[in-house]
Formats: sequence, C-alpha cells, structure tokens
Amino acid sequence: MATRKTPETAAVDGANVSKDDLLKYYREMLLIRRFEEKAGQLYGMGLIGGFCHLYIGQEAVVVGLEAAAKEGDKRVTSYRDHGHMLACGMDPKGVMAELTGREGGYSRGKGGSMHMFSKEKHFYGGHGIVGAQVPIGAGLAFSDKYKGNDNVTFAYFGDGAANQGQVYETYNMAELWSLPVVFVIENNQYAMGTSVKRSTKSTTLFGRGVAFGIPGEQVDGMDVLAVKAAGEKAVAHCRAGNGPYILEMMTYRYRGHSMSDPAKYRTREEVQKIREERDAIEHVRELLISGGHATEDDLKAIDKEIKATVSDAAEFSKESPEPALSELWTDIYA
Amino acid sequence: MATMTMIEAIRDALDLALTEDSRVTLFGEDVGYFGGVFRCTAGLQQKHGVARCFDTPISELGIVGAAIGMAAFGRRPVVEIQFADYMYPAYDQIVSEAARMRYRTAGEFTCPLVVRMPTGGGIFGGQTHSQSTEALFTHVTGLKTVVPSTPYDAKGLLLAAIDDPDPVIFLEPKRLYNGPFDGHHDRPVTPWRGHPLAEVPKGRYHLPLGQAAIRRAGTQLTVLAYGTMVHVALAAVAETGIDAEVIDLRTLLPLDLETITTSVRRTGRCVIVHEATLTSGFGAELAAQVQAECFWHLEAPVERVAGWDTPYPHTAEWDYFPGPARVAAACRRVMET
Ligand SMILES: Cc1ncc(C[n+]2csc(CCOP(=O)(O)OP(=O)(O)O)c2C)c(N)n1
Ligand SMILES: [Mg+2]
Repeated sequence: MATRKTPETAAVDGANVSKDDLLKYYREMLLIRRFEEKAGQLYGMGLIGGFCHLYIGQEAVVVGLEAAAKEGDKRVTSYRDHGHMLACGMDPKGVMAELTGREGGYSRGKGGSMHMFSKEKHFYGGHGIVGAQVPIGAGLAFSDKYKGNDNVTFAYFGDGAANQGQVYETYNMAELWSLPVVFVIENNQYAMGTSVKRSTKSTTLFGRGVAFGIPGEQVDGMDVLAVKAAGEKAVAHCRAGNGPYILEMMTYRYRGHSMSDPAKYRTREEVQKIREERDAIEHVRELLISGGHATEDDLKAIDKEIKATVSDAAEFSKESPEPALSELWTDIYA
Repeated sequence: MATMTMIEAIRDALDLALTEDSRVTLFGEDVGYFGGVFRCTAGLQQKHGVARCFDTPISELGIVGAAIGMAAFGRRPVVEIQFADYMYPAYDQIVSEAARMRYRTAGEFTCPLVVRMPTGGGIFGGQTHSQSTEALFTHVTGLKTVVPSTPYDAKGLLLAAIDDPDPVIFLEPKRLYNGPFDGHHDRPVTPWRGHPLAEVPKGRYHLPLGQAAIRRAGTQLTVLAYGTMVHVALAAVAETGIDAEVIDLRTLLPLDLETITTSVRRTGRCVIVHEATLTSGFGAELAAQVQAECFWHLEAPVERVAGWDTPYPHTAEWDYFPGPARVAAACRRVMET
C-alpha cells in the first residue's frame, strides 16, 4: 500500500487530480454519508423496515473507483449498495423511496434496500445473497467482450463473501476467458460479527488471485486518491484485454452490520480510532483546506447543498405512494 | 415449570445434546463467538469450548459438506444455516450427498446430520430473508423435515432429530422465536411467557418424528398447518366460530397420515394452510393424500391457503402473508359447499 497523499503532494503528482476533482470527491463522499445518516434516522422512525446496511466509512472506495470509470462501465455489488448507487449517479430520491418501499423507488418498492437496479446507470444490483453478484459480474464483462467494446465491470464483494466458493469458480473462468472485470474486495475487516482473522488464515485476500493467474493489489480504501490511482491501473489492465484484476480495498464500516447489531465483536475505541485517524472525508477536507483549494465557507456551502439534496430525497420517500397491490404480480414473467 | 421462548428452548436442547453426547458438534456462521444471529447458540461456545461449537466462514456448501463427512464417520453434527434463504449453495450437498448416503452405500454409511435453519416471513425480510423452503426438502427422498410451532415441541423435536440416524432438516419459523404470532401484525406482540406450550421441562425428552398434534379438537372441518401458520389457523378458526379441528403436522416427512385421515374422515372438510408459495408447495402433497385416503368422506373440495405465487416482496408484506383473514375466508367457503 502506498502512503497517503499529504496536502503538499495531492493535486499535483501521480494521482492526477485537480482542485475540481478533489471538490467533486468531497461532494460525492459527503452525499453518501449524509444520505446514509438520514436512512438510519428514517429507519429509527419506523419509516424504513427490514434489512438495511449502511455504507458509512467506506465512501472512498466507490467514489475513487467511479473516478476511474468511464461511460458504459458496469457495476454490481452486494446488499450494502446505497453508496454504489449514489456514486454512479442514481437519483437519491429513487434510492430512498425504495428503502421506504414506495412506488417511486427503483424497484417500485418490491426490492428494498438490498435489491435495486438501474439500466441507465449500468448498475446491476444490489444482491442479498452473499457472493451471488460475483459470477454475475463476470457475465456482464463477458457480454461486453462479445460486443467488442472496451468497457469493464466492477464486481464488488466483501471480505466475508471472499470465502464463498462461487467467487473462485468465477476467478478461474474470468482469467480463462480474459474477462474485463475488476474484482473489488471491500475488506472492512468484518463479516457481521466475524473478523477476517477468525474466518481465514490467508488474510491477504487479493493474494488468492495468484492461484488463478489474476494480478491484484491491496489499496488504502480510506484514501480516495489511492483508490482512484489503483482503479485506473486495474481498468487499464482490463481495457487492454489482459483479463481480470483484483483490488483489495482496506476499509472500515463505522456502523453496525445492519440496523440490528449488538456490536460486541469490536471495541468502541477501535471504531473511534479509525474515524479519527483515517476518515476518508476528513482526509479530503484537509487536503482542500490546507492545500488552499477551498475555504471553510466553500465547504459549508457544499454541506448545505447536500443536506438539501438529502432532505428532498427523504421528503420524496415519504410522499411517494405505496405501490398498488396489483404491483405484487407484475414482473414475474414477461 | 419454566416458560421459555423458542430460542431458549432450542438453546436448551443444544446445550443438553452437547453435554450428554460427546459426538455432537455445532457450527455455522456466527454461531460460536457471537452466539448466532437469533441467539440460539448464545453461551454454548463459552460453556462447551471451541472444538464443540464454532464459527465457519461464509461457505454454506462447505459447512454442510463437511458436516456430512463428519456424520458419516461417527460424529453428530448440528449445523446452522443462518437463514433458510442462504441454503441454496448447500442444496447440492444436501440432496446429492446427505439424502443419498444410506441408499448409495447399501446402509454401510449413514448421515445422522441436523441442518437447522430459520424459515418463513413476517419479519420484513423481503425476498432473500423470508422464504419457506420446506417443499424443496420434502421432495427429496432420504431427508426428514421438521417444523416446530412451540417451544415445547422445538426442544423435544430437536433432541429427537439429533438422535435420529438419518439427515433431518430442522426449520425454525423465525417469526415464532419470540412469541406465538397469529398473523395479527397490527396488534401488540404476544410473548411466549405464560403460554402453556412454552412450558419446557428440564432435561431430555423426545417427541417422535412423524407425530402430529391436535391443537384444537373440532367436528366440522379439519385444518392442516405447521409452523407459524398453526397459530394463524387457530386465530382464524376462532374468528369464524366454526368448530374446526386444527392439526399441527410438526413433521412433514415422515408424515402422520393417520391423524390427518382420521380427522378428515370425521369432519368431511379440509383446509390446508402454509406460508410457502402455492404451486408445488407441500399443500399439494397433503391435498393429494387427503383426497386419495378420504375421497368418499369429503363433502367439499379441499382448499389450500398459501403464499401468493410471487417472490416475497419488500413492501406490502401483510398483503402477501396468508394471514387470518385469508384462512378464515377459506374455512367459510369450505363450509358453504
Ligand atoms: C449465502 C449467504 N450466506 C449468509 C448471508 C448472511 N450474511 C449477510 S451479510 C453477511 C456478512 C458478509 O460480510 P462481508 O462479505 O464482509 O460484507 P460486509 O457486510 O462487511 O459489507 C452474512 C453472513 C447471506 N446474506 N447470504
Ligand atoms: Mg466485511
């Protein structure tokens, strides 16, 4: 893992970012965080029910990788999917309304937090079954290969999912057929209450690709610039027809696994320490301020704007009507 | 006698099995250190040690496959699949290996394995956390399938399942873990505390697999149900005022056909209730058996009340769920014929 960018080196050297880029990442990461905080509040108020997994803490991963993507690239992920959807430009209103189970939601209320999709944004879900999205990601990439374009697919999965057999069937096929897929392991150290150390002895997860001939690397997933740089490298590898690439993003989730999590498997101090020392949003804020790229007032204005976007989404998600009952029987067969 | 929740009753059974039989081994995702997402194994690792109760990676196929190997070679594994909806990666091992072991080896190897899984809906789980998968198991020769509806039964059936020489699928209706849910989701939650069927004796007792229970005796109509729907059926019957007999199957395979047919021959009417989707559900098997055995006694066609033939939705759960109103309507229809 490379060392973090400091205010002096950011926005100038190899990370290849401008002041505008930095502001964009700041804005996108903040949108995810505020959106998730709002979702948590609505859940607490009983407006959202069922399973709901927040992305708070991991924002740099999706924002950095989206910065390395181009139009036509695809993404597919697990149930912890709100951040991915916002980062690829899906409408916060449609996402929030799916959480509240309303007609205005991306799956018209039938999918919920874990199951949303957007053809327009090339977002292929949202999958509740751990690991299931990984082979699907390979298939998406295969489709692009048939089409003969240079699009890539980002197939995201967790450190826990990395122990599912279907991941390795997919690795083998993806390399065998040189599929343009970036496997993104979001290693947030825990799978529910089980830490990586308690579920595997090969804790360097990207290294498992070696067995299949897939190159990969570990990346500081709390540093959006490092993520972007690694993403560009991976994507270049795939676009050039060299087959898949693995990025293991070292990241951390601040909240519980889902909304009901007794949090007995880690200490408060552990969470606090990472928030204080490695927070991805604070990092970019610091780069912006101490690099002289933005003033406190500039950032306050962004905060305000995002707050408004999120409130609008929340309002929409409350006002959008419940889907008609007949909706239960639609979209089962053609 | 102490009353227990279904979670406590299951934990009590597992604790006893671990204590009394050194071959018993518990494992699954988050069952050890964390004590299970529904707390069914809380404290068991601390009490019995990591070798007897431990966590696995998220690898359902591996969990069940390894358990089959253990079972074939002298241990008594009791594994947990966190939700029945996560069972599919393991289905190959369950069907192709566990269920066929005895037959394929001409009885030389057996598979005394219990696979526990929370089943059913009513908890706002949507399509990947609410499914009722029992028919996928009852269709497989070589498996036994159990669905308890009370804490008392859960303990007695689980101990019997662990002692059974063949593979048993033990489906725990998750909506019943903390109380006898009768489908009235808009009423205050009823806890198990104080419920007569939540009185759980200390120590070992077995309920034989393949024995149904009559939950309400009646003369006009027979209602067949299992799991959560037993409580829903009882509520529905009470609301109709029909003198119905409500039978809790408890075990789907082996099936207590005797209790069923004795009742239907007497009442002449039968309503079958399950939460799982209708088409090719276990109700189809029950309806076929009832008509074959009781045809000349039937006064009306057998009715089935089941989940709609759709995926389990995120929204409109209570329109999807076959609650007391739907069951009561079916009972009335059958009485009118
Ligand atoms: C096949 C399957 N098994 C188990 C589960 C239950 N489950 C949901 S999330 C989860 C932990 C996954 O951890 P990880 O892959 O690290 O992702 P994270 O939640 O950390 O984002 C588990 C065990 C599931 N949804 N599907
Ligand atoms: Mg994780």
